[in-house]
Amino acid sequence: MERVIDPMAEQRSAWRQQSETIAFVIMAAALVVAPFVTYPLFVMQALCFALFACAFNLLIGYVGLLSFGHALYFGWASYVSAYAAKAWGLTPELAILAGTLTAAVCGAIAGSLAIRRQGIYFAMITLALAQMMYFVAVRAKFTGGEDGIQSVPRGHLFGLIELRDQWAMYVVVAAIFLGSFLFIYRIIHSPFGEVLKAIRENETRAISLGYKTDRYKLMAFVLSATLAGVAGSTKAIVVGIASLTDVNWPMSGEVVLMSLVGGLGTIFGPVVGSFVIVTMQYKFAFLGEWVLVIQGVIFVACVLLFRRGLVGELAHWLRIKL
Amino acid sequence: MFTIFGVPSGALFGQLLIGLINGSFYALLSLGLAVIFGMLNIINFAHGAQYMLGALTAYMLLQFAGLGYWPSLIIAPLVVGALGIVIERCFLQWLHNLDHLYGLLLTFGLALIIEGVSRHYFGTAGLPYTLPDSLQGGRNLGFMFLPNYRAWVIVASLTVCLVTWFLIERTRIGAYLRAATENPTLVRAFGINVPRMITLTYGFGVALAAFAGVMAAPIYNVSPNMGSELIIVVFAVVVIGGMGSILGAIVTGFALGIVEGLTKVFFPEASNTVIFVIMAIVLLVRPAGLFGRRA
Repeated sequence: MERVIDPMAEQRSAWRQQSETIAFVIMAAALVVAPFVTYPLFVMQALCFALFACAFNLLIGYVGLLSFGHALYFGWASYVSAYAAKAWGLTPELAILAGTLTAAVCGAIAGSLAIRRQGIYFAMITLALAQMMYFVAVRAKFTGGEDGIQSVPRGHLFGLIELRDQWAMYVVVAAIFLGSFLFIYRIIHSPFGEVLKAIRENETRAISLGYKTDRYKLMAFVLSATLAGVAGSTKAIVVGIASLTDVNWPMSGEVVLMSLVGGLGTIFGPVVGSFVIVTMQYKFAFLGEWVLVIQGVIFVACVLLFRRGLVGELAHWLRIKL
Repeated sequence: MFTIFGVPSGALFGQLLIGLINGSFYALLSLGLAVIFGMLNIINFAHGAQYMLGALTAYMLLQFAGLGYWPSLIIAPLVVGALGIVIERCFLQWLHNLDHLYGLLLTFGLALIIEGVSRHYFGTAGLPYTLPDSLQGGRNLGFMFLPNYRAWVIVASLTVCLVTWFLIERTRIGAYLRAATENPTLVRAFGINVPRMITLTYGFGVALAAFAGVMAAPIYNVSPNMGSELIIVVFAVVVIGGMGSILGAIVTGFALGIVEGLTKVFFPEASNTVIFVIMAIVLLVRPAGLFGRRA
C-alpha cells in the first residue's frame, strides 16, 4: 500500500519525535473522560471495535495483506467466549482466553492457506474461508443459529470482581484495549515489525536478503487473528450477545472501512476510524438501509479522495508520525 | 426408478440438474470477473450487486413497462452494462496507477451502495418473477423430469460462455484485448484506443453479470441480497480455477456446480461449504489454481 510516513524524518523537532507518545497520552486521557461524557456501554463497544480494527490494520498497514475475512476470528472468538461464560460458567477472563485461543487456531489454519497466494487472491481466499466458517456457525448446534447466544452473564473477574457493575466492566475493557494497543505498538516497532514493513515494501527483496517471508507473514496473520479474537471475546462479555452478525461478511467489510477511514498503516487511525463508524451507525440507525449506502459512499470517497484516512492526513499535514 | 449408491435416481439427476444450473451462473460470473481482471487488474466486488441489478431490472421492466422475459434478456444487460461504463468512467479509471487492492475496496463500496438502495426500495423479501409461457412446462426424459426453462438456462449460458471464449481467443478484437492485457503501452503505441477498450471491457463484464441475473430471476426469487452471497462463492471458484484462462473459468464454474449438486445428494450438511473446502485443498496441492499461471 501507499507509504504514509513522511521521509523527512530528521527535520522533526523534539515534540514531533514524541508525537506517538503524546497521542497515546491524549488517547488514554480521552478514555478516562469518555464514560462521563457519553454512555459507558457505547464507549466499551467502540473500544472492542477499535481493537478489532487495530488488529486488522496490523496486517494491511504493516504487511500489506488485505484480509477480507476478519469477521471469522472476531465472530468465532465471540461465540466461544459467550458459550464458555454461559454454558460452562467460566469466569470472564477464562472465557475471553478461550475465545482468543479459538481465534488463534483459526488464524493459524486460515493464514497458512491464504499466504500461499498474493494480493487480490489473498483477499478472496480470506473472504471465502470466513464465509465457510459462517456457514459452519449457521449449522452448528452450540451457536444457536439465528438466535445466537443471548444473555451471556458477565460474571466475576477472577471470581472476585462483579462485572455487572458498569464501571468495573469499563475499567477491564479499557485495560484490555490499552494493553493490546501497546502490544501492537511493540510489534510494529520491534525488529520483527521492521521485517514485516520490508515485506510490505518489497517482498522479493526481503526474500533475497534471506528472510523466510512466509513465516513472517503467517506469524503476523496469527497475531492479527488473535488480537481480533481478544476484541470479539471481550465484546461478547460486554454486550452479552454473540450472533451471526459477528461472523458474517459485512462485519469483515466494516472493519476494513474503520481502518480505511482512520488511515491504513497509522497506529491511531483504526481507533479514530472505529469511533467514527460506530458513532455513525448509532446516530444514523433510524435511516435503515441508507446506513449501508452511506458506508458505501465513504468507501468510495476514501479510496478516491483521501487514501491516507483522517489520522494519516493529519500526520501528513503536521509532518509527524501517528 | 432405480437407485445409485442407495440414492433414488430421480433425486440424483434432479440435484445434478440444479448443480448444472448453479454451475452456469458460476461460469458466467467467474468469466466476467476474469475478463474484467484481465483488462483492469481489478477484482470487481460489485459483480454480485450487478448480477442482482440485472434480475431487478428484469423485474421492473415486467412490473412497470410490461416488458416480458425475452426483451428483458436483451435490455437488462444493456442497461446494467451502460451503468458499468458510467462506473468505469467516473471511478475506476482513476485507480490505474494504484495498488490493486484499492479497486477491490472501491467496488466493495459500490456494491454496498447498490445493495443498500435496492433494499430500501424493494425490501429484503424475495419478489417472484413469472416464467414466460414459451418456457413453461417440461419433458420427461425417462430417467428424470426436465423443466424446459432449466434446460434453456444451461444451453443459453453455455452458448454465451463459448461465444465469449470465441470472441476473446479467436477474433481480431479479442487479439487486441489480449495484447492490451499483456502490454497496454505497446498496444497504445500501435494506435489502438486502450482506455476505450478498458471501458467497454468493464461494460461487457458487467453486462454478463446482468445477463446471468435475468436468467436467475425466474429460478430464484428476485431479492437485493441474491448477489452478495453468490459472489463470495464465485470468488472461491475463481481462486480454484485461476483467472489466467477463459476456458478454465467456464470449466471450473460448471464442474463446481455439479460437485455442489452431488454433495447435496450424498452429504447435504456440507453442500454450503464444499466449494470452500475444495478451494482449501486446491491451495494446498496447486497454489496457483487449476488453470492459473504462476505469478
